[in-house]
Amino acid sequence: MKYVEEYRDGARVKALAQAIGRVVTRPWCIMEVCGGQTHSIVKYGLDQLLPGGLDLIHGPGCPVCVTPTEKIDTAVWVSQQPNVILCSFGDMLRVPGSSEDLLTIKARGADIRIVHSPLDAVAIARQNPEREVVFFAVGFETTAPANAMAVYAARRQALTNFSMIVAQVLVPPAILAILQAEDNRVQGFLAAGHVCSIMGTNEYELIAATHRVPIVVTGFEPVDILQGILMCVRQLEVGTSALENQYARVVRPEGNSPAKALVAEVFEIVGSGWRGLGELAGSGLALREVYQSYDAELRFPGPCSVTARPSTCQAGAVLTGQIKPPHCPAFAKACTPEHPLGAPMVSTEGACAAYYHYRRRSIDGVVPVPEFTVS
Amino acid sequence: MESSPSPSLQCPRPLHSSPVIQMAHGGGGRLMSELLGRLLPLLPGSEKPSLRHDGAVVSVADWERLAFTTDSYVVNPLFFPGGDIGKLAVNGTVNDLAMCGAVPKVLSCALIIEEGFPVASLERVLRSMAAAAELAGIEIITGDTKVVDRGKGDGLYINTAGIGVLPSGILIGPQNIQAGDAIIINGDLGRHAVAVMGARADMVFDPPIESDSIPLHRLVRSLLESGIPVHCLRDATRGGLASTLVELAESAELGMRLFDDKIAVGESVRSACEILGLDPLYLANEGRCVVIVPAQHAEGAVALMRELPEGREAVVIGRTTKEHKGMLVLEGPYGTERCVPMLSGEQLPRIC
Amino acid sequence: MCLAVPGRVINVVGDEPLDRIGQVAFGSVVRRVNFAYVPDVAPGDYVIVHVGFAISRLDQEAADYALGLISELEQANSESFSADCPAGLPSAGEGRP
Repeated sequence: MKYVEEYRDGARVKALAQAIGRVVTRPWCIMEVCGGQTHSIVKYGLDQLLPGGLDLIHGPGCPVCVTPTEKIDTAVWVSQQPNVILCSFGDMLRVPGSSEDLLTIKARGADIRIVHSPLDAVAIARQNPEREVVFFAVGFETTAPANAMAVYAARRQALTNFSMIVAQVLVPPAILAILQAEDNRVQGFLAAGHVCSIMGTNEYELIAATHRVPIVVTGFEPVDILQGILMCVRQLEVGTSALENQYARVVRPEGNSPAKALVAEVFEIVGSGWRGLGELAGSGLALREVYQSYDAELRFPGPCSVTARPSTCQAGAVLTGQIKPPHCPAFAKACTPEHPLGAPMVSTEGACAAYYHYRRRSIDGVVPVPEFTVS
Repeated sequence: MESSPSPSLQCPRPLHSSPVIQMAHGGGGRLMSELLGRLLPLLPGSEKPSLRHDGAVVSVADWERLAFTTDSYVVNPLFFPGGDIGKLAVNGTVNDLAMCGAVPKVLSCALIIEEGFPVASLERVLRSMAAAAELAGIEIITGDTKVVDRGKGDGLYINTAGIGVLPSGILIGPQNIQAGDAIIINGDLGRHAVAVMGARADMVFDPPIESDSIPLHRLVRSLLESGIPVHCLRDATRGGLASTLVELAESAELGMRLFDDKIAVGESVRSACEILGLDPLYLANEGRCVVIVPAQHAEGAVALMRELPEGREAVVIGRTTKEHKGMLVLEGPYGTERCVPMLSGEQLPRIC
Repeated sequence: MCLAVPGRVINVVGDEPLDRIGQVAFGSVVRRVNFAYVPDVAPGDYVIVHVGFAISRLDQEAADYALGLISELEQANSESFSADCPAGLPSAGEGRP
């Protein structure tokens, strides 16, 4: 596949890994923000190609992982209301709420359907006028334009049986929260490429300048990630803190104007809770008043969320890069993909799931040696 | 066929000409008899009385040991590119017998049909089973039909049980696997899963992708008759190659190392996986089996397999090891490694 | 997050910008995609698609430039280790060469 294979090429990967090895003279901590980048790093073992002192910290860029428990509880509750069809992306089905997940509820008879696009949910609403169709709208800025279009389309089609549980979050406040944390170790960031393809790079330029950290907008394939790391460490080594764009083939500085326009038309910025990070001001989206008839939480006012059972889950520490998943006492013991305590173990983008899936051996202390070393 | 009774004594609707299955078709009465009268001639050997009888009797005079297996088929949609539930039901059970090293001989076939299921579709499935049975050289000799209420059946479920003959001296199983054995597979991954998924998700493939459902017993027979000591065989169905190998690794209490560059994934399957965020190692296959032989016989086994169409792309994809017992490790393209564990549940398509 | 896959636009249908859709080929899979957010898209273009929406058009020149930098690295590796590593990609706000 064009624009995919070239960015997995072994010779390019090797060249970049060697270049990184030559540039690095001191230990550095870089955070890759996006869960898709974490997945790629762990799956392809890219961290095994880096010099020992270069630490990659896995960031909170997994919307599935950070969706507040209360939103999942809402989805679970709504899907059990009479006549409701709940539509969701596949990622959300196994994430545990306070007590249950959507897959369990589905097995008990709730009409829960996986969709590949928010417009599929709108189509289901159109085809089932006698049913209430609710879409679980999760995502970062990349998914917001698609979710906005669903509401916009529902309004244009004058659908009265479509609504949305909005669990949209925004990345920059999370990055700021990490930078402002007392025990922050992160010195440079690989920003999420697809988020930036929508939003552009201005917000990150401001963060880089204000907090004096290099930020490199990076793609998702092995070549992209290593090139992003190379650009970041070069800056760290010389002490600059600029915004750079490794993913220029997809990301323009101004972002995607029609997408931003429709998001602004449908949504407004509000504070939001993040699983593992707590409440962050200005970090979420909610439907504007004129679209509030499409808000499922208003249409189906439910009981207050059941208090979460106390748990040894350290999702917050993992999501902010304080610890790596194997350091959590519950990892691979009380917490596994079959019996997850928190979202990072369930979501395919979650750091815990990635380590459990791809790095089981390092739990036993056996770390594989790559073919070419770059120190 | 009997002449219709006088209308005054019967329900005015002539059920026997219904285009869909009714509850009465499973009732064991005349309607069922008429249905079977229509369907059974579609199967080879159907002139034998055993298909209508409670059971079939087979002679075991020359048969020392028998392999016996059963499997149920619940695929959705029932018809997909490259096959249907009937073809799967025959080939799947034939292959289970083949993986024991047995020569498949006879199958039973039990149908659970949902009320409302079109009879024409049922005929289509039976024709498909007949064709698959003929291709595999086996007979379906006994069966059963039940009808369940509308809403309780997903259209059609099929169970097939099979009996095969085990030539003397053949003992295939994970207990034979040794450290250092070669792991061979007969072709590329994921065709069946993607063909079925594509039919469900309305994806268009160019070139079209078809299920790889095919009987593998001739491939197995060829290996066994050559004298190559085959340690283990297993077909890589639900859960894909990864789940199959993890199970074997755990049973054999050995580790396995796989070579990423040797595992073939066709372009259509690769594209579908990219879009849906799926891993081809976990996709179901219906015509792929893993063959485990001592390392010194690997080249010979591969050459032999390649002589048959169903083994044309046979290749060594890994080896067993004393290290990391029970675990699969994939040697990746950059000299790095990762584990390949068993999946906890079904792979779900993702957007993240 | 944000699994988004590159594909080649086969056709574009529709007059209203927000309603424009078309077929996109991802390798050998063809799927219908919404083009509301790439108003200038034309058949033959490559786009990045996320949850059924094209969110960006691929810039071949930018791709070539970035891969070209890596070729220079490969060359530097094969000649000898050099202290002058090639410059990184331009930041937002700078023009591209």
